[in-house]
Amino acid sequence: MSANIVALAYLVASVFFILALKGLSSPESARRGNLFGMVGMVIAVATTLTLTQNWPLILGCIAVGGVIGAIVAQRVQMTAMPELVAFMHSLVGLAAVFIAIAAVNNPVSFGLPEILPTGSKLELFLGTFIGAMTWSGSVIAFLKLSGRMSGTPIVFTGQHMINLLMALAMVGFGLWFFFSETTNWTAFIAMTAIAFILGFLIIIPIGGADMPVVISMLNSYSGWAAAGIGFSLGNPMLIIAGSLVGSSGAILSYIMCKAMNRPFLSVILGGFGSDGGTAVADSGEQKTYRSGSAEDAAFLMGNADSVIIVPGYGLAVARAQHAVKELAELLHEKGVNVRFAIHPVAGRMPGHMNVLLAEAEIPYEQVQEMEEINSDFSNTDVVLVLGANDVVNPAANVPGSPIYGMPILDAYKARTVMVVKRSMAVGYAGLDNDLFYMDKTMMIFGDAKKVVEHMVKAL
Amino acid sequence: MIGEIDPVIINLTVFVLAIFVGYHVVWNVTPALHTPLMSVTNAISGIILVGAMLAAGPAETDWGVWLGAAAVTLAAINVFGGFLVSQRMLEMFKKKEKKGNA
Repeated sequence: MSANIVALAYLVASVFFILALKGLSSPESARRGNLFGMVGMVIAVATTLTLTQNWPLILGCIAVGGVIGAIVAQRVQMTAMPELVAFMHSLVGLAAVFIAIAAVNNPVSFGLPEILPTGSKLELFLGTFIGAMTWSGSVIAFLKLSGRMSGTPIVFTGQHMINLLMALAMVGFGLWFFFSETTNWTAFIAMTAIAFILGFLIIIPIGGADMPVVISMLNSYSGWAAAGIGFSLGNPMLIIAGSLVGSSGAILSYIMCKAMNRPFLSVILGGFGSDGGTAVADSGEQKTYRSGSAEDAAFLMGNADSVIIVPGYGLAVARAQHAVKELAELLHEKGVNVRFAIHPVAGRMPGHMNVLLAEAEIPYEQVQEMEEINSDFSNTDVVLVLGANDVVNPAANVPGSPIYGMPILDAYKARTVMVVKRSMAVGYAGLDNDLFYMDKTMMIFGDAKKVVEHMVKAL
Repeated sequence: MIGEIDPVIINLTVFVLAIFVGYHVVWNVTPALHTPLMSVTNAISGIILVGAMLAAGPAETDWGVWLGAAAVTLAAINVFGGFLVSQRMLEMFKKKEKKGNA
């Protein structure tokens, strides 16, 4: 196939990828969008196949990978989506490194000159180091998210200094690689090895609470890695698709940082959340709160006109989604206007809570985002907070508070607030929550699932 | 004129414009679908498969080709896993049939 036809086919595939992302603007068009993505991929792969000779090997490998991918996609639990996404980012990173090594080994097969020019070496260097860091960073993110490694940040003195020195060493080996007359394997391998280690070191100090940012950032990296390889091989398909993914991940990181009111740089430097779970002693003054039973709460909700449910990750941990759906249905039958209010960081990754509620077959029309619903809290009878804490903490409106400025769900404005929680312990931010001590607040202690089941029974 | 331009500049042009397209399209994605967005972009970044196929492509088989084959397998997991898991999630966002309420 001529290079022109290949380039045109890649253009068509790129348009399909853009349409895939565009489809995600609403749940109605999203499935068609995903289909467009698949079509784009088929076009890109089929076109590339005409440029290669080892068809049995390539198709065999695609089949093996495809079967593994299909099985994983079929079996994964929705609560485990963040781990799956981290796992898949790591694969892109590793594949990028493999391709770069193959290109250094045999440039001619990629249509590059026998002796790599400095420009190509620079591009290979970028693709390799982003790929290597994506791989090792994602592996750590995967281990932390799946609970195989503690979510507490690993910090030690001189950490940033060590990272900086390693980054400089990596660049140094990179320069040596650029300016060597022949292929300098020593420099290339040293540089790649340092990039792998750097990926580990950068992610270990980042705490569990910041994982939504990390996972979005690695999403972005995986795109840049693909684009970097695209530059090295002069392949526009990789450049376009890689940049689409790269900018998507960057936007998600920005949205997550904004939702947590944390500057991106401080997330990356890490150390946050290390004291998560320790109570902050408030001048020793004993604050009082009111506690009630699930039955009382059910009675109040049954007689309300409007109820807003605020789900947090605690809900998913307790596997209470289906019980909540039953509760919402019962209230709906009684003529109560039931809605769900989702904070952007309610789950472990962007949009996670929406998927968990959708899995429980809660209609997405009832599920609303923070901006849509925040003005409605003041004329809502009952707010039921399930396993959420920091995202409803009114301290965010108090200047001087550590979370000042963080956007919250204005649950405190509702006429009655009910909070289901295991204990009075603080959330990730390590802050006491004044919402719990308000006169109109009723605390219901216990496992979210059991409490909601009791409520359903009482209704 | 176009013939005199270094291909790197053309690639750079494509790169910058693609970032802008991505930026504008992604801001329009509804926050409710941010998780599927991530799995779809995950599948799309499986486009690295194209590079992997080129690495595994040459007829004379040396270790570079085997490395390419490994990369093809990894990228294929991404492509299939990413699109299929997105499909599975998006099915859940279907409008519910009118049974009882909703």
